[in-house]
Amino acid sequence: MRILRTGILTESMPATGAWPQREIERLHDDILRILGRALTIREVDAGSCNGCELEIHALNNPAYNIEGRGIKFVASPRHADMLLVTGPVTKNMENAVRIAYDCTPDPKLVVAVGDCGCTGGLFGESYASCGKVSNVIPVDVTVPGCPPPPLDLLRGILTAIGKQK
Amino acid sequence: MRLLDETIAFTMQTGVGAPVWFGRAADGEELRRFAAAARRADGRMAAIWGSDERQRAGGFRLHCVFGLNQGHAWVSLDLPTDAPLYPDLADIFPAANRMQRATRDMVGIATGGDDQRPWLRHGAWPADWYPLRHDAAASADFPNAPSDYDFVRVGGEGAHEIPVGPIHAGIIEPGHFRFSVIGEKVLRLEQRLGYQHKGVEKLFIGSEIAAGARLVGRISGDSTCAYAWAYASAVEAACGVAPSLRALMLRALMLERERVANHLGDLGALGNDAALAFGFTQFMHLKELWLRLNARLFGHRFMMDRIVPGGVAFDLEAPALAAIIEQCDHIGREAATLRTIYDEHAGLQDRFLTTGAIDADLARELSLSGMGARATGIILDGRAYRQGFTPPQPYRMLGVRPATDDRGDVAARVAVRFNEIFESLRLQREIAVSLPDDELRADLAPVAGGAGLGVIEGWRGEVLVGVQIGDDGKLARVHPHDPSWQAWPALEHAVMQDIVPDFPLINKSFNLSYSGVDL
Repeated sequence: MRILRTGILTESMPATGAWPQREIERLHDDILRILGRALTIREVDAGSCNGCELEIHALNNPAYNIEGRGIKFVASPRHADMLLVTGPVTKNMENAVRIAYDCTPDPKLVVAVGDCGCTGGLFGESYASCGKVSNVIPVDVTVPGCPPPPLDLLRGILTAIGKQK
Repeated sequence: MRLLDETIAFTMQTGVGAPVWFGRAADGEELRRFAAAARRADGRMAAIWGSDERQRAGGFRLHCVFGLNQGHAWVSLDLPTDAPLYPDLADIFPAANRMQRATRDMVGIATGGDDQRPWLRHGAWPADWYPLRHDAAASADFPNAPSDYDFVRVGGEGAHEIPVGPIHAGIIEPGHFRFSVIGEKVLRLEQRLGYQHKGVEKLFIGSEIAAGARLVGRISGDSTCAYAWAYASAVEAACGVAPSLRALMLRALMLERERVANHLGDLGALGNDAALAFGFTQFMHLKELWLRLNARLFGHRFMMDRIVPGGVAFDLEAPALAAIIEQCDHIGREAATLRTIYDEHAGLQDRFLTTGAIDADLARELSLSGMGARATGIILDGRAYRQGFTPPQPYRMLGVRPATDDRGDVAARVAVRFNEIFESLRLQREIAVSLPDDELRADLAPVAGGAGLGVIEGWRGEVLVGVQIGDDGKLARVHPHDPSWQAWPALEHAVMQDIVPDFPLINKSFNLSYSGVDL
């Protein structure tokens, strides 16, 4: 009953105001048009404060409903088309990030997420931090923000796919 | 004054924050005696860190914070430059083990204890180089040599190991878990953390107070308000500044909103981990509504950088307060309905009940704080009155009813989270209707040589920030302490005797921070 009463949140929301639903639909459609199939993403936290992870998680909520459109987070880089990397990349994660990159089959995309992933952010480069993601593995697209809101993440994912095409 | 009838002389920290006493131990033995007395009085090992005082005409200094019934005792111990050694406290407080090892890795002051395995140092810097010493350059670049870790081996026929991480299967922070199992049954879990270590404490040294406020808000993103408040509270105590009651109430409003956001998200994820995707969808929808109102009223979905030393960096007008009251009513109704569904769902309860159980004795032994401790029946909440303890403002005035449950399992942590949501919603409505008119931010000038400790009851547990200000008015040392330090070992105990597939559920019921402890 609760499910019936709740309805489909992804479609029933207004297109204007605080709910940017039309934008989400458009982004989803663009991703599917370009891809024509599902996209699989392996999220790698290379040293974030977990703020970016909160927003990446939000992509799975019914408002953004990313999985409902065939974009799925997978458990292994071997199953992934794209790595979504938050950071700065710590020295203690440098090796693991390289391994994850090497394990991802070609052609692969890398999206660096958050101010720290894009530039090193507040943490920068130090005895403990390699700084931005592109200091460790090649990056296709950066999504700045601290943390970037879900719509910015969707845009970044789309931009990366568009670039590959 | 004296505490626990011990010999150390204490002075009380002034200001409006949580009750804190400063004391100095004459030697390691006096410190150990105090620690033993604290343990006998059901006290907690709240935090341990070290500082390099050589530039300020000293040697090295050990800092131990004990959580006592009446408040926090910050005991420091001066150590000579040539032999910075102090007695092991891990036999009194097991929680001291990892903190002591981290202190050795970072500052190079050590115990004579048996466990000398590195904790934060993996191989990115040499064993005889200590990042937090003032003569260690932050920009030092060493060859990054991944190191092995000496896990405790479990023997016997049929016993084998399952290594997990550092990159986990979900959207989650990195860390390594080593399970020793027989069949499906977990015999032992040992964690190796430190993968998130990004040199946070080094960055504080020499920073301006304002820059420190930005940094402290990014130690554990899900607790940004708790850290920002604890830091602000420490700086205010060090500089002799008291924020207005309006600022304190707005801080509490944000802290409570942070608590509700995290509990909503975790309750959804707990449903998901027990194969009830319905719960995930419902709760994540509520959390999204919650965060969108944050974005509208505070200009940031997680309210980062809104709590600043001296007060707050925003204001709320009457319509905003009305929107908060309206949302609290709505979320309260929805959460109550969902609670009934969770409670009556046999499949879900089958997974929750008796899974991942710890008891109050273990929680006390491990110095556990916060939601995890309250789910074993311990009434310990820094926002609430208890015998001999008066909470700081504004909670003194608001009167918080702590949520407890004595079962200690996943079901108990779920119940505590639900109850904390309802209490937190009540507090937010209370704040919204009784917010007094006053200044938002007091002027704050650094006081050379000042020190302060901030203690805040975040959604996970007790967040502490210790601050020392240098002679130049800049930050000489800041140590942020996450409640996950004490809760990670509790998780190791909670999974014993359960099966491997229950681990994600047990883990999520605590939902600990990696970044907060790796720093």
